[in-house]
Parts: sequence; C-alpha cells; structure tokens
Amino acid sequence: MSKDADAGEETDDVGVEPAVDADAATIADAAGTTNAASEENASTAPETQDSRVEREAAETPPDVPLQVRNLRKTFGGIVAVDDVSFAVEAGTITGLIGPNGAGKSTTFDCIAGALEPDSGSVRFNGADVTGFRPDQIATRGLVRTFQIARELPEMTVLENLMLAPTDQVGEQLWRSVMPGARGSVIDQERELRERVWETLEFFEIDHLARQKAGALSGGQRKLLEMARALMTDPDLLLLDEPLAGVNPTLEEKLLDRIHDLRDQGYTFLLVEHDMDVIMDHCEHVIVMHQGSLLAEGPPTEIRSNEQVIDAYLGGSSE
Amino acid sequence: MGATKLLDRGRGSRSLPLLLAWLVGILLVLDIGARLAGVEIPLAAGRTFGGSMSVAQFGGLVWNGVIVGLIFGLAGIGLSMTYSILNFANFSHGDLITTGAFTGWGAALLVSGWGLAEAGTLLLVRAASGPSPNEIGASIIQAPLAIAIGVVVAAVATVLVTVAIDRVVYRPMRDRGGIALLIASIGVALGLRYVVQFVFGSRSRGVTATDGVRTTIAGVSVNLHELTLFVVALVLMGGMHLLLQRTKLGTAMRAMADNKDLALVTGIPTERVVTATWILGGALAGVAGYLYVLERGTIEFNIGWFLLLFIFAAVILGGIGSIYGAIAGGLVIGLVHEVSLVWISGDFNAAAAFLIMVIVLLYRPEGLFSGVTTA
Amino acid sequence: MSGEDRIRDGPRPDGGGSADSSGSVGGDADDVSAGPESVADVLREAIARAFGGHDLAIVLATLASIYGLFTLFVLVANDFELTTNTINAIASTLRLLTFFAASYAVLALALNLHWGYTGLFNIGVAGFMAVGVYTMGLLSTPPDATSGMGLGLPLPVGVLGGMIAAGLVGLIAALPALRLEADYLAIVTLGLSEIIRLTMNSSQLSSWTVSTFGFGTGGGSGLNLPARPTDALFDGGAGEALLTVLTGAGIRRSIVVDAAYTLVVVAFVVGVYWLLSRVGASPFGRVLKAIRDDELVAQSLGKDTRLFKIKVFIVGCALMGLGGILWQGSYGYVNPNSFRPIVTFYVFVAVIIGGSGSNTGSIVGAILFVGLLFEGPRQFGGIVQNAMDLGSAPATFAGAVGPLFGLDPIPFLAYALENISALQFVLLGVVLIVIMQRRPEGVLGHRTETAAAIDLGVRPEGNAPAARSGEEPTSRPDTTAAADHGGETGGDGDE
Repeated sequence: MSKDADAGEETDDVGVEPAVDADAATIADAAGTTNAASEENASTAPETQDSRVEREAAETPPDVPLQVRNLRKTFGGIVAVDDVSFAVEAGTITGLIGPNGAGKSTTFDCIAGALEPDSGSVRFNGADVTGFRPDQIATRGLVRTFQIARELPEMTVLENLMLAPTDQVGEQLWRSVMPGARGSVIDQERELRERVWETLEFFEIDHLARQKAGALSGGQRKLLEMARALMTDPDLLLLDEPLAGVNPTLEEKLLDRIHDLRDQGYTFLLVEHDMDVIMDHCEHVIVMHQGSLLAEGPPTEIRSNEQVIDAYLGGSSE
Repeated sequence: MGATKLLDRGRGSRSLPLLLAWLVGILLVLDIGARLAGVEIPLAAGRTFGGSMSVAQFGGLVWNGVIVGLIFGLAGIGLSMTYSILNFANFSHGDLITTGAFTGWGAALLVSGWGLAEAGTLLLVRAASGPSPNEIGASIIQAPLAIAIGVVVAAVATVLVTVAIDRVVYRPMRDRGGIALLIASIGVALGLRYVVQFVFGSRSRGVTATDGVRTTIAGVSVNLHELTLFVVALVLMGGMHLLLQRTKLGTAMRAMADNKDLALVTGIPTERVVTATWILGGALAGVAGYLYVLERGTIEFNIGWFLLLFIFAAVILGGIGSIYGAIAGGLVIGLVHEVSLVWISGDFNAAAAFLIMVIVLLYRPEGLFSGVTTA
Repeated sequence: MSGEDRIRDGPRPDGGGSADSSGSVGGDADDVSAGPESVADVLREAIARAFGGHDLAIVLATLASIYGLFTLFVLVANDFELTTNTINAIASTLRLLTFFAASYAVLALALNLHWGYTGLFNIGVAGFMAVGVYTMGLLSTPPDATSGMGLGLPLPVGVLGGMIAAGLVGLIAALPALRLEADYLAIVTLGLSEIIRLTMNSSQLSSWTVSTFGFGTGGGSGLNLPARPTDALFDGGAGEALLTVLTGAGIRRSIVVDAAYTLVVVAFVVGVYWLLSRVGASPFGRVLKAIRDDELVAQSLGKDTRLFKIKVFIVGCALMGLGGILWQGSYGYVNPNSFRPIVTFYVFVAVIIGGSGSNTGSIVGAILFVGLLFEGPRQFGGIVQNAMDLGSAPATFAGAVGPLFGLDPIPFLAYALENISALQFVLLGVVLIVIMQRRPEGVLGHRTETAAAIDLGVRPEGNAPAARSGEEPTSRPDTTAAADHGGETGGDGDE
C-alpha cells in the first residue's frame, strides 16, 4: 500500500473514523476496495493482494447489500452530508429519518448516483458504486424513487411501467425497426404487458392505466413511482418519502404493499420525516441530524434515545 | 443548471482538451510575436512559423477587434440580463439591435438632412434613392447634434418596442419554460425583422457621411466614428456598472439573476424588475445597433440577426448573468474575429468565433469569467 | 386526456374492457385549460369525428383542403375559364405544393424525432441538410459536367453517402453537445449550421480542394448536382410513350416530369414515416419519450440515456441530410444560400403546427405550413394584385402611408402586396408566437402515439377485476380511461 497518496489518505479516514455498525474486517475490506477501485493501484498492486481484495469484495455478506461509508457532500461552503456511514441488511425495511434539512435526500442522491459525493464510498452487492451514473447503479439493482414524485407526465401509466424493466431487447434500435427482428420485441412486450397489469393491480391503480401520468393525483403518482421502480426487478428499493402527500387511507395501503413486498424478499431503505411511521414499520432506523448520523438501531432503542428526542424537538421548531 | 451537473461526469476527460487549448493559444501568441519580430521559421509543406507583420497592421486588427467587441459587449449586456432574469435565450435580441439602428438613423438623418429631401425619405433611412450620404452629411464632424439625437432616439424607440413586445408576447408566458419562450422569441425575431424590412425596405445602403471622419490625432490615424463608438460604449458600460452596484434597482436585479424564487420571497417586485431589465437591455441593444451602423457606414434589415450569434458567443463566454462577463466576452469574441485574420482568410473568421463559443460551451458552460462577479 | 382524444378515437368496439363504468363524463383539468379555444376545439372534434381519428384520413383531408384552396386560387386568377392553360396551372401549382409539402414532411419528421420525441432542441437542421446535399453532390456529380467537380459515383451511393456524412457530423456534434441543456444545445447547433454554411461558402476552401483533390464545393458560386433520376424515365420506352399521350392531351411536359420526381419524394415520406413510427412504437421510442419528459427518471430506471440520445441524433441528422437531398438536391444545382437558418425555422414551424411528438402531426404540419404560410400568401397576393387594378406600388413605406391620411388606402395596399414576402415572414412569426401562447401542443392537440410495439390496453385474460373506482377517496373520476386507449397504435402491432 505504498503507492498513491490520495488513496492512502482515504484509507486513513476510513480507519480513523470507526463506522457505527461495522466490525474491523469490513472496514479493512472497504479500505481495500477503495484502493482497488483506483486504476493505477489495480495495475501496480501485488497480485496476491489484489486478488484477495477481489475475493473479499465478492464475499461481502449477501445479507448486507448496501454499505455507505464516510459519505460527505458539500454545496459551496455548506456541508449537506457529513461523514455518514450505515448499512442496510437484506430483507429489511430500514428507515432513514431526520428533521427537514438533515441531509436525507442528499444522502439518497449520492447513493443513487444523482449526485457525486465529495468523499466516502457506496458499496452495493459487494461492488464499489461510488460516483457511478444513475443508470449504472439502477442496472445493478439499486432503484430509487423521488421525494417529489417524478412521473413521466406525457406518458400514460402503462407506458411509465413498460419503460422500467431492464434488458428490453426492443431498446436496441435495429431490433425495433428491422422487419425480421421485431418479432422478438413483440414477444417480450407481451410478457411485459402481463407483468405491468399485474403490478398495476397489485398497487390498485389499474383503473388509471390509460391516463397520462401527469393527470394523476399526488398520492397516485407516489404509487405509480413505486410500481415503476418495482418493474425494474430491483434488489433494493430506495423510497424517498413515499408517504408525502398521501392521504391516510392510501398511506395504510402503501405501507401494506411495502410489507407484502418485503415478505417477498425485497429490501427497502425508506426516507421519512414522520417518526411514527418509521417506528411502526421499520426493523432498523437510522437517524440523521444536520448532515451527520445521530443514532442507529432498532425502533425501540431510537425511541428512547435522548439525542434523537432533542433533535426532533429542536427540529420541530425550525 | 441542475441537469447539466447531473449529466456532467468524468471531469478528467476535460483536462486534455483544456491542455490542448492552452497549447494552441500559446503557440499562436508565440507566432504573433515571431511575426512582429519578423522571424520566420520554415516548417513542412511550405508553411512557416512566424513571418512578417508590421506593428501597425497588428495594431489595426486589435483596434478593429476592440471596436466590434464593444458592440458585442454592449448588446450582450441586455441579452445576458434577460437570459438570467427571465430564464430564456432571447433570439429576438438581434432584431432589437436592428430596430435601434433604423429608428436612430432615421432621426439622425432627419436632423442632419432637414430640407435636403422629403422627411419620409430621411426618416426611412434613405429607403429610396435621394441625396447621397455625403450630401446629407450625417457624421460626427458635420452634424454632431444629429448623431447625438440619433443615439437617444435609438434607445427610446427600442425600449418602447421591447416593452411592448414583453407585454404582448412574453408576459402572458411568464410561468412557461425556457424553451417555449425561446421559440416565441424566434417568432418575435421573424416578426420584428420583417416589419423593419416592410417599413424601411430591403435595400442595403450607406448612411454616414465620410468627409473628414478619418483624421490624424497626435500622429495616429483615427476614425472619428470608431472613436465615438468607443467613448459612448465605455460611458454606457460604466453607467451600467454604477446602476447595478449603487442603486436599489441594481441590487434587486442582481438578486433576481441569482435566485428568482428567493427574490420573490424577499419581496422584490419582480414584475417591475423584469420591466427594468427589458428597458435597460432594449436601450443598450438599440444604441449598440446605432453605433454599429455609425462604424460600418451601411445599414440593412438583417444586420442585427447576423450579430446575434456573436453576441450569444460573447454572453456564453462571459458566463450568463454577468454584465462584466458579457463585456469581456464581447471583447474576446471581437478580438478572435479580427485577429484570427492573421492566420485564416476572411471566409472563416466568423466560423472561428463560433467555434470558440462552441468549445467554451462544451468545456466550460459556466463561462470563462464566471465566479468572478455576478451582476 | 380531454374529450377530444376520446372522440377522435371514435366508437371503437374493442375498447379493451377496462374497469371503468362511469363512461362519458368528460371533466378533468385539461378540458378547463382548453376553454378559451373552444371554437377551435369544437371544429377539431368535428373533423376528428368525421374521420374517426385515422391518421391517414387526417393527412389526406388536410391535403385535400389545401389542394381545394389552391385550385380555387388558380380558378379565381383565371376567371373560372376551364382552358387547358388553367388545368396546366392547377396541375403545376398542386405539383409544387406536393413537392414542398413532402420535402418539409421528411425534414419535419426528422426534427420531430429529435425534438418531439427526445426533447433535443436541434436548430441546426439547415446545416445537416447542407452536409447531405454537398456530400451527395461531391460523390455523384459527373466529373465532366460544366464546372462539375464530383466523383461521378452512382446516385444511390451519393445519397447514402450524404446521409452517412450528415449522420457523422451529427455524431461529432452529439458526442459533446448532448451534455448541454436544451437552450445551449440550440445555440451550439445553430452555430454549427452557420459554420457549415460559411465553410461551403468559402471560395478559398473550394479552390484549395479543387487543386488538391480535383473536386470542391464551388464556394459561393455553388455546386452542380446530378440530374433527377426520374428525368431519364421519359427518354424512351413506356415513359416516353406516356409523356407523348399526356402532352398530346395538352399537359405541359415539365409538369409530368416534375410530378414523377414528386412521387418519389412522397414515397420517401411514406418510408420515413413508416420507419419513425416503428421507432416511436417500440421500447426504444419509450426511452426517448422518457428522456424528453424527465431524463433523470430514465437514468434512475437504468437507461443509459447518453447512448439513446447519440443514436437518435445520428439517425435524425441522417434523415435531415436525406430531406436536404430530396429537396435542394433536386434542382441540379445548389449554393450555400439555400441553407440559411431560416430554413431550420421553417421546419420548426411545421413541427410545431402539427404538434411536436406526433409523426402524423409532422406531416400535417408540413402540409399546413407549405399551404397556408409558405405558398398561400404569395398566391393570394398575386391574385389580389391581378384582380384589383392598384396601379404601380409606391417605392417606399412613406409613399404608401402618406395617402392613408387622405383616406386613400390603395397605395398602401399596393405596397403591401408588392412586399408580401416580408409580410409573409411577419405572419410566420405571429403564428409561431400565437401557437406557443395558445396551443403549444399543435393544431392536432395532444396526441397519443403510444410508445409500445403492442396495444398496451389489452389486459391479460381473466385478470380484469371488478371495478374499483370509488374505493380511493383521492382518485379522480377516471372517466376517459376506457375509451381513449391507444387507438393510434392500431395496425402496428401484434393483432
């Protein structure tokens, strides 16, 4: 590890600031990957070490698909996210809460690739995805929704959902156009159509299928976004305030859906500022405050955490 | 700008072109130095590095560059302000320049040529044949008052047209996106340009008198019209600076350029600021058109449209929203336009200026001078 | 999703048994916003009802109305005397209209792929046309033609080469430019098209290439192009026989020969329309629409939007090259003045009139633009000028306005008609503004050209559950859902 000064410094950072919920082995692992990720290192590093790193990367426990380490993001002089580390376990609903301006959405954007973090790393399913483009991250199975629902307004609900699945053969231009090749496209479209209708029924928005998405109500858009994200067949769903602007009846329904899906094996990371929702529905809660991680643990623990209570009382007056 | 940022990946790939640009720039400067020193180093295929060029020749090119650059900059201020405050690229800005040129010169000819021809002919800037420009005598020497009146009329008339257009076209579209406004502004550009053609005719004609305009001051040959342009442009730019820095209106305009929503929240009367923006931008565009004709001596209905891309180039180069950027960008584009003649023929110097704009947009879309001052 | 869509789609019995039962109460936000244009809406609905929303019917109806209008123009100009001369005049006018409309349709379709489908604001159409035409000329003009400076390769090679060259220039422009926001892209593409035009205009470049390679662009004096391939059809055989018959009937030779070429251009319109409809109605087209609506969403769903945009840019630019070749490439001669930015704006007006995002709209827009804005005013002016004896027009605006104060409008009218080309541009500008203000979605309104290779409305069998409407307090009345499903995908799919 004598080569690159930059990488060395990053390693130090990781080492000095112990992440809240990780043992020493994972830290070393993360450090190793940081080096492996930089190309110069990969070429100059001793063969044995390199392969060890790769092996370890591949062996990252499958039950921890998402690991965020020392994430930092600034805008101008303002630190939006400051040295945040956490992990999301497979098959859980993990909640990320915090008062307004705590840096939750910025953290989300950094994980999903919409923003590039200043430092720190994001690992997904064993691979370092820090600074990847959003589409690269999404194709790896980490799919997000948006705080303010971003439906594709001029497309119908059906089109919105048909868009989402990855690996569509018809996304190759020649296949869609060439007379002989279109058959396979149509076959796949039929399969997808079936799945789309099933998903619409699952979310109970099938009666809106032919509407333009822009004509839906706020709550319906949230449902649409989630349905659309599911159509990509993700491993982990990042839901950014899925309940914002949703009426209580619909809220219940949405949470039921999330639980159903969790039972089917999906993993969720949920941003919410409504503490009660998170407490009642998540196995694991991460609390952010003013850009940094305040506490982490099961809901019962968080509920009695003094700091969290302070932050929320202080935050509510803002 | 959010989208640009999101799509901006791989900053590393930018350093190479940037390095290349620096290298080319340094080579060109060295080449000019060699030419001025009369050094000639033969290269392959009959091409040479350096050559010979007199200081006077080079000085002439630089002066020309400054003169057109001031026009680009003066007109660019308004374009830059509307771009940042109203959030759209105004493609009709060039035709505001044309409007100012024709109305201003109509007034100037009317005053200087009073009694020599019918008022209509003079007001329409010699739409039909009549007395020649030298007979009318519209020059800074023969009729300084007429020239001065022309400046004022160009400004006032263009402001009236600009504000009227805003009321009719843009105001009902305030809440619409930049592209809708951009397309509407293309419509305005067409409408305005051809109304000018309809009224003033399509003939390209001379307007200024040339007798005695080129004189020698302190041993240096000067074109007094260019000198007038230089002085008026500098005065107006200085005035803009004072206005933006020293007045409440200026503060409000800067605030709106920075963040429209915030400005709304803080109680800045946005509609009034928008109108002020149009008034200032229109006045400067009109005067720029008037001065441009003073310098080149001829007028036709599409001079402004031909200037538009250069002005866009200047504004983009300087960073949208900054009037100092627009001025600096104007000078750079003007200098590129003229000094590039050292190496390339007149067929391509406009292309060179556009190329500079394209390169800046691609590699530094925030502008060369952005982050220095916003105004 | 307002009432007009539903009505245009007409009474389709196969409405795709949706869960909707409340049927016909058309009342959501769009209807309200469409309020001020209610007269236009009613008119359009009536037209739509009459034609059952079939795209071909809409195109043909538009074409027929424009034909009718111009036939009337010619008849009026000839005092309704149905002589051979009149018939020739009608035929030649309609031929010219069709030629322009078809040429603009190809260009509008290509631009619609960029702008309407993908949201790429390319205003360098003229430049890409120029690349296509000049490359075609350089490749296919016989070397021995008068001042001809080409390689003399077969015409199909030239046309294909022109398209490829335009596509390549598109690629070079796209690679870096697609990072830019829409308005910057607009400025860059406009700048590029001007660079291209100035390059073609350079006599220095031309003489240098001629001395180096033996062929060149001809600079400002232009380039000779190969003759239209259809012209040779009438040099013997059946073509000549047909020509003899027709000319024997009094029809001018030039009309027949030009009409043959016009048919070729129309065939290309059909081909390009077919191609782009297929592109649109596919998963590829779906991603394009998503990029237009919200690029970050498309990315967040795993689409590498850069690749899609680059591909679309290349294809669109190649088609713009083709459009240029079909139009400017058919006169046997071309010069850089044919590629001023105004040409780009013409094409834009056509797309905007038809409604960006709709292929059928692009064709309808091209027809309407050529008929009502491009050729119409000239014809109309000519007729009025002939019909009313206005005397000679005053030379200047002053001469025209002066008599107005003496309540004599004739000189002004004469001046206006004399300068009708300027007024035509003013009209163009006004139309552009009004459309952007009042009807940014174009005359056909919001059209649903569904981006899928199959009819999405068909539900998997046995899955249709009982109606759920009313269950959700937030849901709006989903009135239009059943009737307005993607009828326009019909014919291009699996059924």
